[in-house]
Amino acid sequence: MRRLGWLSLPLWLTYAFLYLPIAVLVVMSFNASKTPYTWTGFSTRWYSELMSDDLIRQGFVNTMIVAVGATVIATVLGTLLAVGINRYFRSAWLEAYSLAPAILPDLALAIGLLALFALIGMTLGLHTVLLAHVVFGMAFVAAVVLARLGHTDPSLEEASRDLGAGPVSTFLRITVRSLTPAIVAGALLVFTLSLDEFVIAFFTDGPSTPTLPIVIYSMVRFGVTPEINALAALLLLVSFTVVISAQRLTKLTDTI
Amino acid sequence: MTSTQTAPGRGAARRRALGARAVFAGPGLLYLTAFMTIPLLIVLSYAFLTRGRFGGVKLELTLSNFSKALDSTYLSILGNSVLIAGITTVLALALGYPTAYAITRLPSRWRTVALVLVVLPFWSNFLIRTYAWIVLLNSEGPVNSVLVNLGIVGAPLDLLYNRGAVVVGLLYAYLPLMILPVYAAIERVDPQLQEAARNLGAGKIRAFLDVTLPLTLPGAMIGAIFVFVPSMGNFVVPELLGGGKTVMVGNLIRDQFLEARNWPFGAVLALSVMIFLVVLFAIQAAIGRRINGGARA
Amino acid sequence: MRRRTPAVWVTVAASAVVLAACSSSASSESSSSSAPASPAASAAASSAAPASEAAAPADLSGQTLTVSNWAGYYPEDLAAQVEKSLGVPLTIANHATNEEIMAKLTAGGDSGFDVAFVSGQYAQALNEAGLLEPIDHSKVPNIANLYPEATQLAFDPGNTFSVPYTWGTTGICYRSDKMAEPTSWNDILTPSADNKGKVTQMTTERWLALPALKALGYSINTTDDAQLAEAKDLLIKSKADLLAYDDTTFYSRLVSGEANEVVAWDGWCNYGTAENPDITFTVPSEGSDVWSDTMVILKSSQNKDAAHAFINFILEPANHAWVAENILYKVPNKAAMEEPGVQALFEQYPNMATSPADLLKQEVVVDLGEDSVKYTDLATEVTSS
Repeated sequence: MRRLGWLSLPLWLTYAFLYLPIAVLVVMSFNASKTPYTWTGFSTRWYSELMSDDLIRQGFVNTMIVAVGATVIATVLGTLLAVGINRYFRSAWLEAYSLAPAILPDLALAIGLLALFALIGMTLGLHTVLLAHVVFGMAFVAAVVLARLGHTDPSLEEASRDLGAGPVSTFLRITVRSLTPAIVAGALLVFTLSLDEFVIAFFTDGPSTPTLPIVIYSMVRFGVTPEINALAALLLLVSFTVVISAQRLTKLTDTI
Repeated sequence: MTSTQTAPGRGAARRRALGARAVFAGPGLLYLTAFMTIPLLIVLSYAFLTRGRFGGVKLELTLSNFSKALDSTYLSILGNSVLIAGITTVLALALGYPTAYAITRLPSRWRTVALVLVVLPFWSNFLIRTYAWIVLLNSEGPVNSVLVNLGIVGAPLDLLYNRGAVVVGLLYAYLPLMILPVYAAIERVDPQLQEAARNLGAGKIRAFLDVTLPLTLPGAMIGAIFVFVPSMGNFVVPELLGGGKTVMVGNLIRDQFLEARNWPFGAVLALSVMIFLVVLFAIQAAIGRRINGGARA
Repeated sequence: MRRRTPAVWVTVAASAVVLAACSSSASSESSSSSAPASPAASAAASSAAPASEAAAPADLSGQTLTVSNWAGYYPEDLAAQVEKSLGVPLTIANHATNEEIMAKLTAGGDSGFDVAFVSGQYAQALNEAGLLEPIDHSKVPNIANLYPEATQLAFDPGNTFSVPYTWGTTGICYRSDKMAEPTSWNDILTPSADNKGKVTQMTTERWLALPALKALGYSINTTDDAQLAEAKDLLIKSKADLLAYDDTTFYSRLVSGEANEVVAWDGWCNYGTAENPDITFTVPSEGSDVWSDTMVILKSSQNKDAAHAFINFILEPANHAWVAENILYKVPNKAAMEEPGVQALFEQYPNMATSPADLLKQEVVVDLGEDSVKYTDLATEVTSS
């Protein structure tokens, strides 16, 4: 391991900052007391109560459907859009347009989408949440990919084409490969944002398919209970396990 | 478009280029038009309409919503939001940039782990994480009891329900949005470039300033946008960590759409924020071009 | 009124009380959240055989119900009980505030909801907007169980478009072990030295203005600019001694000791009392409001017969009592409040015993139409000052 020198300071500072509240949250999930502020003793009852909560389980499934769907669609559309703009348009306006959803007040987008869906008579449900999440997801992917494209060397692609490769294989083998870190970072962003997105989901979701943030929001507005803390701790554990095992299995690092 | 008049060979190339444009940018642009532009136009059209007596909009044209937005109350809220979001962004940059830089210097197998650790907390839930800060910082909470028990302070500090707490909450919420794009930008800077610069006699800091920083500035600017914008629009953190005593533009818009059911005025406020941000980005883009131009020269 | 603790532990608290009282209450087995008596079994339903209840005026087969209520503001197994009793599948969506459900209901088109729970003044607004189905009293015979006062509330006399679900008032919830009983809204607005920085006020506009309007002796429904300006100045001054604006978690701040006195709805103060008996509710001498959370049927509903049957189910004395035991709020149902299970709660939660006559001495909150903008502006100017 190379020495980071003074750079290790901000790194550790960041992790301390990020994980201090997480530690509190995990500790409090084992609190016997119902109130979030005071520790009265160790208990695992909140985890068992959590397990029997159908609303939360259904919310979790709904959220995963939306987050995975939005990530896939937004990553594909956003990457294509970024490459298209960078290679063929080079227009600052188009670039700004493609990034616009990332800078919109989410309430404006939420109300607008709700009005649109009402106007065209589309019933609300997970599909409308998915449609909405792709909008901002695509912008985030495009933004990250564009930032990387800014300085990549198009001559590699030209060389590839000169060597007889078709545009599709050139795109897949040269462009996508050189963009992989940005695409992965973008996809990670979309997944993360979608998983936790509340405002837009609240307005575009139907009554019978609440996503997890909606379920949590309606519970948490009245103060956090240890059951909610337990849920957050479990979510972290699950995502951590998934990521680590995925990394082990695919040796993701080698491609980056 | 005047593509019909060209020589056959160039025409074919043109058509291919047009086709490529359509394949790459077409779906995304169509999608944005359908699900962003049209909904926004609907909302913006509200700005010129009259508030319905019990919510919604009446089809009566008016400009009064705009003049109301120029009231000093709303201008001071905008100023306040810019200040808070600005401080948050600067802090995010100060902490996020070196963090991202440090991650790129890790051995490759640790890099993904380090990145995942940055986003991992965000796979729990925003509200729960924000509440965790209340548990941490409230007058009966662990931070205060440690400070008091160690005799560092005599009485519990007021760590919550002020602007500082809002900044901490926003920084916590959006720091990864700074780290990821900065990481993506730094990661692709060829370390050999820096080494070359140093071989040519530039100091470590010099090499960083002349080579790495200009090349990574677009990423940092994207990161700054990603932090600044949602910070302006966030209404949960001011409400929970600010105790509702600090009002930001996000709260204002939320209140107009929901509590006041004054959609026209909410639309005007949303529009104002968007215009403000567009101007800001135009300035940012202009600076960005100059810096890039300078770097290439 | 609008925000509640998760049903989980309210159920636990309520069930303990009910078990202690252990009467012939509707709730039978281990907890108050378990099976209510079926409507047909309860005496009030009188006349016909059990089957006629479900078969009442219309055939409900093929109907489904989607209802929006505040999270934790209904017994946990409500859906299961409704399904069992009416044979109609019920989906309950949660909202956290009136404002949220209003935005969805007023966006246009079919929101997908059949019944919504909203506060009285919001029901009034929805009705003015033409979004509500008139209540067909012949399909809701249990309206007869309501207190006469509850059928004449100012926002909807005669229950033409709304049926009250709960009602109550706004007052001060305080730690009786840490301070003397507050008697005036000024105890919130200009707290004594010991209580500075240990006070919370509500942030929702009408309730934000309430303490100041009442302290000044004005109506809570005033639209007079001079009165509102006076209230605004008072509220801005009070900000210096305020811990936070909070209308969601105030009771837990009393439990933790972060706050000594908070502006609170009566029913919600009870959640604090359940955890710490020193937490007490009082209404200041200047008076306060009467609010009511109501059930309304949406005009866009495809299941109006089932929606009426649902409201009728809630108004069944045993069922409405079961609701009260679970959420610790007063219900405006005379027969339900006389159930022993509810009566057993009065000692621990005195505000549940407030008589309708006493409650109605306060002022009923009504929607102010165009003038409600004045309250939004006031709230914005106060909180951003």
